Amino acid sequence: MSTHSSSSSSPLKMYFAVFFALLVGTGLTVFAATLDLGRFNAAVALGIATVKATLVALFFMHVWHASEKLTKLVVIGALFFLLLLLGLTMTDYATRLWS
Amino acid sequence: MSMEIAIPQPAERETYLNKEYGVWSWLLTTDHKRIALLYLISITFFFFIGGFFALLIRLELLTPAGDLVQADTYNKLFTMHGMVMIFFFLIPSIPAVLGNFLVPMMIGAKDLAFPRINLLSWYLYIIGGVLMLHCMLTGGVDTGWTFYAPFTTNFTNTNFIEAGMAIFVAGFSSILTGLNFVVTIHRMRAPGLTWARLPLFIWAHYATSIIQLLGTPVIAVTIVMVAAERALHLGIFDPKLGGDPLLFQHLFWFYSHPAVYIMILPAMGIMSEIIACFSRKRIFGYSFVAFSSIAIAVFGFLVWAHHMFVAGMSVYAALVFSLLSYAVAVPSAIKVFNWTATLYKGSIHYDAPMLYAFGFLGLFTMGGLTGLFLAALGINVHVTDTYFVVAHFHYIMVGGAVMGYLGGMHFWWPKISGRLYPEGWARLAALIVFIGFNLTFFPQFILGYLGMPRRYYDYSHMPEFQVLNVLSTAGATVLGVGYLLPMIYFLWSMRYGKPASDNPWNAAGLEWKTASPPPTFNFDEEPVVTWEAYNYEELDAPHTEEVRVAR
Repeated sequence: MSTHSSSSSSPLKMYFAVFFALLVGTGLTVFAATLDLGRFNAAVALGIATVKATLVALFFMHVWHASEKLTKLVVIGALFFLLLLLGLTMTDYATRLWS
Repeated sequence: MSMEIAIPQPAERETYLNKEYGVWSWLLTTDHKRIALLYLISITFFFFIGGFFALLIRLELLTPAGDLVQADTYNKLFTMHGMVMIFFFLIPSIPAVLGNFLVPMMIGAKDLAFPRINLLSWYLYIIGGVLMLHCMLTGGVDTGWTFYAPFTTNFTNTNFIEAGMAIFVAGFSSILTGLNFVVTIHRMRAPGLTWARLPLFIWAHYATSIIQLLGTPVIAVTIVMVAAERALHLGIFDPKLGGDPLLFQHLFWFYSHPAVYIMILPAMGIMSEIIACFSRKRIFGYSFVAFSSIAIAVFGFLVWAHHMFVAGMSVYAALVFSLLSYAVAVPSAIKVFNWTATLYKGSIHYDAPMLYAFGFLGLFTMGGLTGLFLAALGINVHVTDTYFVVAHFHYIMVGGAVMGYLGGMHFWWPKISGRLYPEGWARLAALIVFIGFNLTFFPQFILGYLGMPRRYYDYSHMPEFQVLNVLSTAGATVLGVGYLLPMIYFLWSMRYGKPASDNPWNAAGLEWKTASPPPTFNFDEEPVVTWEAYNYEELDAPHTEEVRVAR
């Protein structure tokens, strides 16, 4: 479906590197949970999670170097619908009378 | 229209039904047609279980007092009715049965893109179904099919975790079906079958698959969050722990509103096929009908919070969602108007599939228009959680989706089984379903408008509601007969029905150019498409030779 191995001489090495990066990300998440960053607590945790999810999509799901139009369509479609979920939910959270 | 009767052939032809025999040839099959039949048997089983719960609900409401079951039991009855009917019947009904059977054939392919994933999807459905059955037999769930937090996370004593797991697993079955359809439709179309020549059934299934792929993961994540909060007390929905109960409703309806379109879009695809065939005309405004399916799939994701107008969300958001909810009516109306325009000056034949199509047109229109009432903020506040809402969504899901499903089953039954069903009985059944349906659910509009709340087992303080409830229960009985009849004569026809010709309706579409029932790989040689969809004028022209691509 894709030409994922075109730029890498050893895909196995790349998979282990990404796996290691994910483990580091998990460690960072646990470490960040021990710090009180105030209003940035959620932002930091979500930031790390987003980086990890991006790594999984790019390398494990072969979106990186994908030449297939359908793969690109799926990725763009998924991001668009995620944006709809977050954006339209925020019309409530940003304007609700919390008192 | 009279159905052609084939002359029985001397030697038995090899078909997908007789190629192999034995239980394992079915349980390990990767043939999309056999998997479709496995789904057909499974969803029919769950339909009758869900129907049994509906029967008990209607019997309880026959009298104002709560005298047949206890309040707790009633809560479980409507919960299990909703969960079974939605997740184990309606969602898989058309895509997994008729979609599975027809999508490859309609595009001239030998099978779906991932046949083994197709079989895996059925096994996931069965695992989910077994979990749900076990949950029912060990006490059931009383959360409502909507399983709102914080009731589900903090209060219910019933086994929601198991029901949630059942829905979670069945959801993956739905995702896999959608994935298979998207890849198949993109990659496996026959030469010459451009997007503009695709049958509208395919467009509808493509749109449905988008929702299955993008919406279902959200309900899966939501179930995991409910389970995590219930079991581990993580603060997601519970305000005491820093959560927000409305977040559950946002996530739940982000999937569950588009889920209605998973049910109705494939039925709309069936409508286009039936109406074109039995009017002997090309669908009026083909490209509008095609793109309105995609528009419904996208707009369907923008309207979810109209389920939450009275839940405490912001007034500004309510305004936005009210406006967007009106917008989704536009592509639905485009379809209805185009189908009606197709009928205009058509050579209309009143065979059973067409009777179901007429039923769909009327009932879906009523369901859709009452949906506009509910999109209006003021009326929504008045009728929220009343029988008006119950009637509205049954007009869409039963009057629309089930009528479409039954119409499709009748239309393609000769192709599926190679036999003709008894037309007279089928017309009678279509009439009984239509009358029974309206008798059941129309009184519920009035009940709701008058203020009868849904999910109450006792209305003894309002005995004046009894007449309408008796009408509704009587209608449900008639409707039950209407649903039993097709099951009986379909089974009967498998043995005693007259053999069907390859194309008994003289219909357009590649599935009619192969044999009835089809061979395992659908076509003996790859078809090449050189004609537009619904070329009925050509088909009906004298001296036209049909191109056959199978024995």
